[in-house]
Amino acid sequence: MTRYSIFSLARNALSNHQNWPKVWRSPEPKSRYEIVIIGGGGHGLATAYYLAKNHGIKNVAVVEKGWLGGGNTGRNTTIVRSNYGQPGNTLFYEKSMQLWEGLSKDLNYNVMMSHRGVLNLAHNDAQIDAFQRRGNTMRINNIDAEWLSLNQVQVLVPLLNCSSRTRFPVKGGLLQPRAGTARHDAVAWGFARGADKYGIDIIQNCEVTGIDVHAGEVKGVQTTRGPIRATKVATAVAGHTAHLCEMVGMRMPLETHVLQAMVSEPIKPCLNTVVTSGAAHVYISQSDKGELVFGGDLDFYPSYAQRGNFPRIEDVAQNVVSLFPAFGRLRLMRTWGGIMDMSMDGSPIISTSHIKGFFINGGWCYGGFKATPGSGWVYAHTIANDAPHELNIKFALNRFESGALIDESGNGATAKAH
Amino acid sequence: MMLITCPWCGRRAQTEFSYIDDATARRPNMDSVNEAEHFKFVYERDSRRGVQYELWHHHAGCGKFFKIHRDTITHEIHATSKLSNGFLEGVK
Ligand SMILES: Cc1cc2nc3c(=O)[nH]c(=O)nc-3n(C[C@H](O)[C@H](O)[C@H](O)COP(=O)(O)OP(=O)(O)OC[C@H]3O[C@@H](n4cnc5c(N)ncnc54)[C@H](O)[C@@H]3O)c2cc1C
Ligand SMILES: [Zn+2]
Repeated sequence: MTRYSIFSLARNALSNHQNWPKVWRSPEPKSRYEIVIIGGGGHGLATAYYLAKNHGIKNVAVVEKGWLGGGNTGRNTTIVRSNYGQPGNTLFYEKSMQLWEGLSKDLNYNVMMSHRGVLNLAHNDAQIDAFQRRGNTMRINNIDAEWLSLNQVQVLVPLLNCSSRTRFPVKGGLLQPRAGTARHDAVAWGFARGADKYGIDIIQNCEVTGIDVHAGEVKGVQTTRGPIRATKVATAVAGHTAHLCEMVGMRMPLETHVLQAMVSEPIKPCLNTVVTSGAAHVYISQSDKGELVFGGDLDFYPSYAQRGNFPRIEDVAQNVVSLFPAFGRLRLMRTWGGIMDMSMDGSPIISTSHIKGFFINGGWCYGGFKATPGSGWVYAHTIANDAPHELNIKFALNRFESGALIDESGNGATAKAH
Repeated sequence: MMLITCPWCGRRAQTEFSYIDDATARRPNMDSVNEAEHFKFVYERDSRRGVQYELWHHHAGCGKFFKIHRDTITHEIHATSKLSNGFLEGVK
């Protein structure tokens, strides 16, 4: 494998960039591996990478039914942050943030992590209290957080409508300066290249159609490219988690929904941070290509369709325009949807199961992209040791039964409110 | 935009309705339920990939709850009906 550097760039320029080697091999699946990871999104690929890098386990295959990153990894609004308030979440997401900080260098692949900051707008007294409390929790845990007054918000985001006559007047905001955005595809490709370098097989167009379990122990998977035997099988299929777990007879504390996102036509740089509003429920950033990226709520009905309906697009657009009146002059270029593994407390599941050798990674709701490196790190540990890392011990599947929920929003057992 | 036929009001835009829950879920008898059964009712979901029975609410119309037979892959609605008929008979 070629190491990417200024020298390899110059060398390849001499042959008009016609001779770059393939970024990863595409081998035929072998009949047996030590570990099969289901799902070639960021989480599955990161898990494979850290299994090899941190635990020396290389007899691993990642099987993906479509193409790498074609699931939520390639469909999300790429916001990366670690501003969580609940024990279990706070330190896990901060670990992930620290991994993001060194990721491009570690992978020798530019994931375009841009620490442009994420600003959560507060619109009323209750939100101010809640955000300041969250900011304090972050700072106690050595995570960066700054409270911004209305004036400071206006200076940071000149195009934001800070007048008192909007639908949701802005009162201030909580800023995490190290947070930001990354390039979704590059994250999948970078981890795939890194895992491939260690000899891990990455197999696309290979759908898992069944999981073999015998006497309480996993034996392998059935795929559209034939059966593959394995000592351990680990899911990393986001919105398909409920469906995959059904194959081993497990009913999950998850509900599958569709979440849409959209981009405007590209324009010159005008927004250099990520702005989110919980009252309007929108999140807005500008991509490196100049498109404004908008996301909002779920469509709020169960769906595996990877596309949503017009009312949500209209709702997001209305909220964007109320915060940024100038954006009303832009045209939307594209909209799309991804299917979301909504958990019943809004927090993820990274867990062993009652089946020996079967592991579950899912329940990411609106926010698993930022977790990609951290999730891979602790999931690899969980699979290698048959026991969780200290950072995902609270993400155990049995927390729903024991009552040790991690419910950031305090909404209880619903898929619709997290 | 989905068009949904309320069994009381007829065809209306999706924005008048909200999804409530799995229509086949049954609240266990609280006097006799054990913890495991209660847990299943509160936390576990079928998340069916394909056709399922759902409870929807016509919140911006007649205010009634009713049942929908809908495909979660295509969003196609096969049937809707009042709560009172035997629409769910034979399910589960
Ligand atoms: C519109 C939208 C906006 C979002 N915005 C953000 C955001 O701003 N910040 C953030 O942190 N998160 C965000 N998220 C959530 C985030 O995208 C996901 O939580 C995260 O990408 C999940 O990664 P993953 O690798 O687990 O799943 P995925 O990338 O979905 O990968 C799972 C893979 O499994 C494959 N698969 C499924 N079934 C099978 C099978 N039977 N056999 C083989 N392969 C299978 C799928 O094809 C898919 O490629 C957003 C999501 C959406 C949809
Ligand atoms: Zn009605």
